[in-house]
Amino acid sequence: MAKKKRKVPGLNASSTADISFILLIFFLITTSMDTDMGLARRLPQPPEDEEIKQELKIKERNVMEVRINSEGYLWVKDGTASSYVDIRDLRARAKQFIQNENNLSVLPEKHPINIDLLGVCALTDKHVISVQTDRATPYNTYFQVQNELVAAYNELRDELAKQKFGRVYAALSDEQKVAVRTYYPQKISEAEPKVYGGN
Amino acid sequence: MPEMNTSSLPDLIFTILFFFMIVTTMREVTLKVKFVVPAGTELEKLEKKSAVSFIYVGPPTDQLRAQFGSSTRIQLNDRYAEPSEVMDFIYQERQSMSDQTAQVVSIKADQRTQMGYITDIKEVLRKSWALKVNYSSTRRN
Repeated sequence: MAKKKRKVPGLNASSTADISFILLIFFLITTSMDTDMGLARRLPQPPEDEEIKQELKIKERNVMEVRINSEGYLWVKDGTASSYVDIRDLRARAKQFIQNENNLSVLPEKHPINIDLLGVCALTDKHVISVQTDRATPYNTYFQVQNELVAAYNELRDELAKQKFGRVYAALSDEQKVAVRTYYPQKISEAEPKVYGGN
Repeated sequence: MPEMNTSSLPDLIFTILFFFMIVTTMREVTLKVKFVVPAGTELEKLEKKSAVSFIYVGPPTDQLRAQFGSSTRIQLNDRYAEPSEVMDFIYQERQSMSDQTAQVVSIKADQRTQMGYITDIKEVLRKSWALKVNYSSTRRN
């Protein structure tokens, strides 16, 4: 007797589409697509006694104080001047402070430091920008100040990157980025808020 | 009339499904506070979603205002909390993470919040060694 070729019956897959549709709709509902963006900052480590002693040692010329009062006005003090400042002028002021291009004696002191790829450079590595707020300061003003300060660093890093490597900071290789970051280390300190002027 | 061949339809739908599974994230919580985040220029993307804990700060939403008033509240997970509870929240979140050193705290706070609330949160974050923070914001030109 000749063997008949047996046919395997096909699985009925017509409902797979429905099942996957249900899964699709489930994921559409329970998930969100918004990409979260934000200003990334690093908080200082929890306070210890030793740190307080260290803080006292910072020379006055190395500190730029940015105070934001409860009305949202900025008051900036560095070696050159202490005055109320508009938020739009903060970036330029911060850049001038961090860079100390003309090596002024009132702006942060410079130390020669050897950096890979860049050689020996005079850096203002000891500078600190201190942001102080009042408890009633609007969050938005604080945020904008932080934004401007980060922008000042980013602009300086971009300028250096273009000058030395011919590209913007974001396009550099990892080693080059480290070199630029060492040249302009981000030093924004946030002191505990004080209550001054009003409530 | 010949019937259309729909055998590839499931594959098609599965592809869409996988696309959505990859590009989206699970909706975290139902919001109980209303906030408009500030706008900035120097923003970074939150990379690892699994390592991010969210803290929401703002006045209660319109539906809840009658019950809770309109003063600023802090929301952790699905409920209102005091700044002192933030530490427990951070530890709890950290427990569930695979890489505990990569923990990032995203603060989604309303523009008009007074800094006092933010500072309290920041102090607690410092004490609980959650030092990487991200002030959530939108992009502005």
